[in-house]
Formats: sequence, C-alpha cells, structure tokens
Amino acid sequence: MTKYLLTRLRQSLITLFLVSIVVFAGIRALPGDPALALAGEERSPEALAAIREAYGLNDNIVVQYGRFIGHALTGDLGTSSRTGLPVADAIGQALPVTLELAALSLLLAVVLGIGAGVVAAVRRGRPEEWIANVIALIGLSIPTFWLGIVLVLGFAIAIPVFAASGYVPFGTDPVDNLRRMVLPAIVLGSGLAAVVMRQTRAAMLDSLSADYVRTARAKGLSKRSVIGGHALRNSLVTVVTVLGLQLGHLISGAVVTEQIFVLPGFGKLTIDAVFTRDYATLQAVVLCTSAAYILINLLVDVVYSVIDPRIRLGGAR
Amino acid sequence: MTTATQTLPTAPGTTAKKPAGGGRLRALRRNRLALTGGIIAAVFVLAALFAPLIAPYDPAQPDFGNVLAEPSWAHWLGTDDLGRDQLSRIVYGARASMQVGLVAVVLAFVIGVPLGLLAGYYGRLTDSAVSRLTDTMLAFPFLVLAVGLAAILGPSLTNATIAIGISQIPAVIRITRAETLRLKHVDYVGAAIVNGGGDGTVLFRHILPNATSALIVQATVGIPAAIIGEALLSFLGLGVQPPAPSLGVMLSGAQSFLAPAPWLAVFPGLAIVAATLAFNLLGDGLRDVLDPRGGTR
Repeated sequence: MTKYLLTRLRQSLITLFLVSIVVFAGIRALPGDPALALAGEERSPEALAAIREAYGLNDNIVVQYGRFIGHALTGDLGTSSRTGLPVADAIGQALPVTLELAALSLLLAVVLGIGAGVVAAVRRGRPEEWIANVIALIGLSIPTFWLGIVLVLGFAIAIPVFAASGYVPFGTDPVDNLRRMVLPAIVLGSGLAAVVMRQTRAAMLDSLSADYVRTARAKGLSKRSVIGGHALRNSLVTVVTVLGLQLGHLISGAVVTEQIFVLPGFGKLTIDAVFTRDYATLQAVVLCTSAAYILINLLVDVVYSVIDPRIRLGGAR
Repeated sequence: MTTATQTLPTAPGTTAKKPAGGGRLRALRRNRLALTGGIIAAVFVLAALFAPLIAPYDPAQPDFGNVLAEPSWAHWLGTDDLGRDQLSRIVYGARASMQVGLVAVVLAFVIGVPLGLLAGYYGRLTDSAVSRLTDTMLAFPFLVLAVGLAAILGPSLTNATIAIGISQIPAVIRITRAETLRLKHVDYVGAAIVNGGGDGTVLFRHILPNATSALIVQATVGIPAAIIGEALLSFLGLGVQPPAPSLGVMLSGAQSFLAPAPWLAVFPGLAIVAATLAFNLLGDGLRDVLDPRGGTR
C-alpha cells in the first residue's frame, strides 16, 4: 500500500514539476518582451526597466524559474496587472464560488447518475432502461453552454423562478444564494450525471451477472440487499474512477458556466485575465488549476486503491 | 458474426432472463440508430462542403430593415440583430465546425499514433517518457490549455483547432499504446519478429493495421468532441472571431436577445446537438461492429 502510494506520489510530483515548467515557459513564449506583457498599459522604457528589475528578468532563466517556484510555494502568486492587487487575493475570493458550484454539481451528478444507472441496470430491457439511456445520450450531446442558455430562457425569462446571473454568498442569504446557484449547478452537473449514469449501468450489469451476486441471491438475501449491498458497492469503483476522469470536464465546464451566469469564480477570473492580457493572473490561475487537478487525480487513485485492493497490489509489483 | 460475439458476454450470466434473441433485437435497434446518426452526419458533411450552394443568403449580408425577424417563409430560421439570415449562418457555421472536427482529429492522430506505437512497442524508458508526457498534457484541462494558447497566440479558428487537437492527443496515445501492447503478444506479430521483420515492418505492417478499428472508434468520439470544443471556444470569444459565422459565435450573440428573439439561441444549439448526437450514434454503432470487446459501454 505504502509503496503504491509513494509511486503515485512520485509520478504526481514529476507531472507537477513538468507542468510548472510549461506554465513558466508559456509566459516567456509570448511574442516579444515578457516585460511588455507584464507591464500591461504602462509601456515607457523606464517602467519596462523597472519591471525587468522587479521581476528579475535580467537573471539567468534557471534562477528565474527557481524564484517563480519559490514564490508560488510561499503563496506569492504575483500582482495582477489589471487591478494592481495580489493575485492570491483574487484567487481567494473566486475559489469559494467555484467550489460551491462544483460541490452542488457533483452532488447532483452522483445522486442522479447513480440512481438512474441502477434503475437502468435493474430494469434492463424495460422502458425505464430505454428512457434513462435516451436521457443520458441527450445529456452527453447537449453542450453545457447551450443548456445554460436554454435553462435561462425557460426558468429565468419565461417562468422567472430562478435568477439568471450574479452571486450572493451563502453566508449572506442562503435562499438567494441557492436561487442563483440551482441553474448553474444543473448546467454543470447534467453532463457529468449522464456519464456517471452510463458507467454505473455498465458496471451494475457486470456485477449483476457475477457469481457472488448469484450466491447472495441463492442464500436468500432480499433484492434490496443484493442490489445495494453487493452489486452497487462493487460498481462504485468504476464510478469513482469516472468522476476522477471527468474532473477536467468539470473544470472546463465551470469556466463556461460561470461565464454564462456571471458568477465571479475561478473560471471568470481566467477568461477575464485572457481578455485583459493579465498574464500574472493567468499564469497563477493555470498553475493552480493544474496543480489542483493533479492532486485530485492522486486523491482519486488513493480512494480507488482503498476501495479495490487489487489496484495497489498491481501497482506494487 | 457480430451478433454472436455480442451475445457472448451475457452467456455465462445467470441474469440473462431473455434468450439470445433479445440481444439481436437490441443490436438491430442500435444499428438503426447508427444508421440515422450516419445519415445526419452525412448531411452535415454535405452542408459543410456545399455551403455556398445550400445557403439561401449571404451569411454576412446585413439587412437593417429586417432585424430580429421571426422565422418565416423568406427566412426559415429568422434573422439576427443585424438582419442576417440565420439558416445561412448555421450552414456556414456547420462548415467551420466540420473543418475543426476533422483537422483537430487528424492533428491528434498524426502526433498521438506514432507516440503510442513507440511507447507500447519499445516499453521501458520510451514508455515512461511518453506516459509522463501524456500525464503532463492531461494535467491541463482542455479549456485551460485552450485559454493559454489563445492568450499566447491570440484567439482564432486556427489556434482553437490546434488547442482542440492537442487536447485529444493523450487519448489517442493511450489507445494506440494499449492496442500495441495487446498486439505485441499476438502470435502473428511474434512470427513476424521471428521471421526477421524489422521494427518498422512489424509496427506499420502488422500492428498498426490491426489497431485500425480502435482508432476509427476513437475518431468518431473525437469529431463530436472537437465540434463541441469549437463551439465552446467561439462562444467564449477564443475561437472564430465575429462576424465570421460559427455556431458558438451565434449562441454568444444570441444571449443579448434572449427575451425578444429566443429562436436565435434555439436553432444554432439544435444544430450543435444534432451534429454531436449524430456522430455519437455513428460511433456507438461502429464500436459495436468494429470493436466487440468494447461492449455496450
């Protein structure tokens, strides 16, 4: 177990290292002088010289990289050229919004996806399976941003139940917060729910025809216990993996969803940084997103190996 | 042949309440869906190829006397805020979608297949190096990658295509690698090696042709993903730049007129859904026929 975890940890650290190099090199791959990019609107020769001095752009590239990592590790992610405020603060403000959005969407995806997947597998060949399959296929084929627009059209304009834009912290007004977060959560969670449903169904079909389920049935366990305790439990390994693999989509989806519903989260910060050429913010946001992504994937693998001992044994070879 | 392989997995199961006929029926229904998907996909390809002949109007021609017009006989899908014909813009938008879909997938294959072959065939250090490369690429969620590229190179259709293509490389590498690993231990490949076949011969004459099915299936997954990717990037302003027609650009513009002209948001979206659904159905069908191991997942 420990050996497996250490191997995975080492792989993750190498990936993280490579990612940091790519991010670091990215801003230096910009056409022209990086000082020019960092300067934003202020472009006098004196300002550029000051920036070169301040950012140490005259130093050796390896020294620069070392400093970049050193600062990042101590939480100093640079200063936004748009607002003049520390990037770390902007991220600190945006993060809760995105985390709430992600948590609500995940909840929706897991509850709906697993529920529908189990129903589709248990009621195989009946109308229920067909309906679940069709809904899942549609869910997979509808792009997030269009679903967002359609939902706004339906539930914020035609029947104004929910709000179409803006964010109110949960602590300030829980009801208003949820009124604004329901549509974004549905938008972000639906595609994920479809994927979870399909995987749950496939895994459940495998489990239901396995010997141990037959044994469980034969010894007279209730249908509920066979499905919930035996078949579903063994299908969860697949579901956890799928959730891990879908993280990238969740992050991309969050960017779009925040853009549609004007939520001041991580995604909006990213897109705004691109259009205002705020490279310090962009660099920090990309680094944080990728680091979080790698860490969560590592976490998924750990959870995975806890659920299924075969994985860690295989990995320890 | 295909029905026989499809009923196999359920054979040892105890829950197979239905006789094998059920599986065959399901396969039939699935294939009919695949056929429908194929027809719709073909319509999109044709619309993309012959856009100038099909589109009733010039997609960029404004008509300020006829803005935000409802769908009518003159303008089947209505007009936008500049009086431009929606149907014509959707046809030309489909052209951009298909272009990105094909070019991005080709790009991903040209880079991913050789790397996957090398990693799977030579193993050891080559495999580790390629796997770390794949991991690094996967560490950038698609949109973050696209955003980074747009920031560095500037937003355009070409750069969006490059970003989409790059984002699909890891999947292509993994599938090619897995197929190579599997085929490396197949008897006829062993025989080819014993016969003195060089690495190039073994890889390109024996392994690659036998990996084709899996790669075709991957392509049918990649094309709809690329179509959505293009629409998404254009929607965010990182892809096709207005006034050029693109389904994503149209949706982005429609957001400002949701209440007075909802059709502006509905039809481009339906076009995207139809295109991706069609390719997904086609892909599912092809997977059943070409890759029986893939099962019904």
